[in-house]
Amino acid sequence: MTQPALLTVSDLRTYFYTGAGVARAVDGVSFTIGAGETLGIVGESGCGKSVTALSILRLVQQPGRIEPGSRIMFENQDLLQLDDAGIRRVRGNRIAMIFQEPMTALNPVFTVGDQIAEVARVHASASRRAAWDRAVEMLTMVGIPAPAERASQYPHQLSGGMRQRVLIAMALIMNPALVIADEPTTALDVTIQAQILELLADLQQRLGTSIAMITHDLGVIAEVASRVVVMYGGEVVEEARVETLFTEPHHPYTEGLLHAMPRVGRRRERLAVIPGSVPPPTAWPTGCRFRDRCSYAWDRCAREHPPLYQIGVGHVSRCHLADEPERRAAARATTRSSPAATVAAPGGGA
Amino acid sequence: MASSTPDGDRAFDRSVSASPWRSALGTLARDRSAVAGLVILAALALIALAAPYVAPYDPRAQPDIVALKYLSPTLAHPFGTDHLSRDVLSRIIFGSRVSLSVAFLSVVVAATVGTGYGAVAGYVGGKLDSLMMRIVDALLSIPRVLLLIAVATLWNGFELTGLVLLLGLTGWFGVSRLVRTLVLGAREDEFVTAARALGATHARIFIHHILPQVISPVLVAATLAIGNVIVIEAGLTFLGMGVRPPNASWGSIFYDGMRDVAGAWWISISAGAALVTTVLAVNLVADGLREALNARQLPAR
Repeated sequence: MTQPALLTVSDLRTYFYTGAGVARAVDGVSFTIGAGETLGIVGESGCGKSVTALSILRLVQQPGRIEPGSRIMFENQDLLQLDDAGIRRVRGNRIAMIFQEPMTALNPVFTVGDQIAEVARVHASASRRAAWDRAVEMLTMVGIPAPAERASQYPHQLSGGMRQRVLIAMALIMNPALVIADEPTTALDVTIQAQILELLADLQQRLGTSIAMITHDLGVIAEVASRVVVMYGGEVVEEARVETLFTEPHHPYTEGLLHAMPRVGRRRERLAVIPGSVPPPTAWPTGCRFRDRCSYAWDRCAREHPPLYQIGVGHVSRCHLADEPERRAAARATTRSSPAATVAAPGGGA
Repeated sequence: MASSTPDGDRAFDRSVSASPWRSALGTLARDRSAVAGLVILAALALIALAAPYVAPYDPRAQPDIVALKYLSPTLAHPFGTDHLSRDVLSRIIFGSRVSLSVAFLSVVVAATVGTGYGAVAGYVGGKLDSLMMRIVDALLSIPRVLLLIAVATLWNGFELTGLVLLLGLTGWFGVSRLVRTLVLGAREDEFVTAARALGATHARIFIHHILPQVISPVLVAATLAIGNVIVIEAGLTFLGMGVRPPNASWGSIFYDGMRDVAGAWWISISAGAALVTTVLAVNLVADGLREALNARQLPAR
């Protein structure tokens, strides 16, 4: 974290007031993103990572609400204090978002050129002609062949990878300081995934944009991120530099995620899964929210909600093991196998 | 439309018209019954527009009330004459002007009001939505014809404009429900969230991203409603509450025929046939539109 912070999220809490109770989808999340940095935000479905992303741009819809006390500082202003016009000036202009499903994130009744140009017309009040030219330029930049022809086509005429490039073009047209990419490659083929990640990394180098890469895929994190925030149960459970996270994960959940990754050359071994699934956000367990699925859990985990313990430089973990490290060694000695229980049944995993 | 086509290998398919609207038009043009319906409607509209030139007689002329009344169909009077010796064909031709324009205009009123109302309810949501929809529920619980009769009785003697407004303002409840549902769905679309994330204003999101999804189903529903309103107008006029003499509409001609339906059956039958033909044509077009626009969410009919 040598760069000055571009975005500082502190104590972000986004609650959904549903009939079934208050869902604390994001519950006290804090992190920073430096200028030009790529931060990975990782966790399984339901951990609050997408709601965090939507909260930054205040896109959470009813019955969701960002609770008072949360702060999102960006370019010296608190995004949560801005009025409607103020936040609109940030959206798409200073902070842009790339969505998961490139088919549904594009309007089927407008040409892709129109949709890219729309952003320039909203923010730069560019003329129709100038906005269109800029859109074609952006299509060139994101590596779409024959951009002038493609611009006047409709989304259904493009392949998934091309549509994702179009979304990237839309996100980058105003040259934003931060791009939030919410699972940008999940809906794509593996080969296209690699191309898109490469494109993002390349554009980031050229434009100096910061990226918040939200994903459940540690492979993606390893490829693009320099720092990683691991989320579980609406909280940050571990934060570390990417090398540290992969070599010395501290939180049992992070360990579980790493063990659940398939690896070449380790055949004949069943893939480890984390048993169970994320508890419903209306009823987080008391104490540690991961304790029901954790093989190390002891009575303290039920009693005491763990704080973020400092593990090393820029490395924190929300696990009492930091206080009582001898327990990890003891548990390893008894189970002998990987810390996340090795289960044959499908389901669960990251 | 799999999203997994390898990047860049899909050829440009310029042969297929790409715009969703144009491809819908193409589908419609290939639908024979829809085309037949369109042709019939176009013919009816043309005849209505050119009524003074097409009609063989003056629809109000009563050449000889005694000698020429209740003439059965002949070459001179293909649909016969009525109790005042007026030519029924000419009256039906002139009556189509009233029947068609009242139906068309009142459906425009209904569709506009219903779309506006439903869109506000669906887009704003929350308590306002609940309140607005309960009001619609209450209005829908009153049978439309009874409501029309009540208003027509209270509002004694109105012009055609009044009739258009009356039919329009009692016809938008269903449309507003349809539009609200569509807007509620559209609001959740990812490209709407994407547009918000790009800083678009509410007005822009509404016009660019939500309204286009509402237009097709409303168009289909409105087309169906035209057939419905023609019948209602005829019914009201038959009851003496719609179009007033000396204006002729299909309803009033039908009523005239009922004076002696056993003796001079051709009057009511002709008016009824005109009515049925129009409604049938309208429904053929509506069905074709529904297919072409692939509008699935439609009011039960």
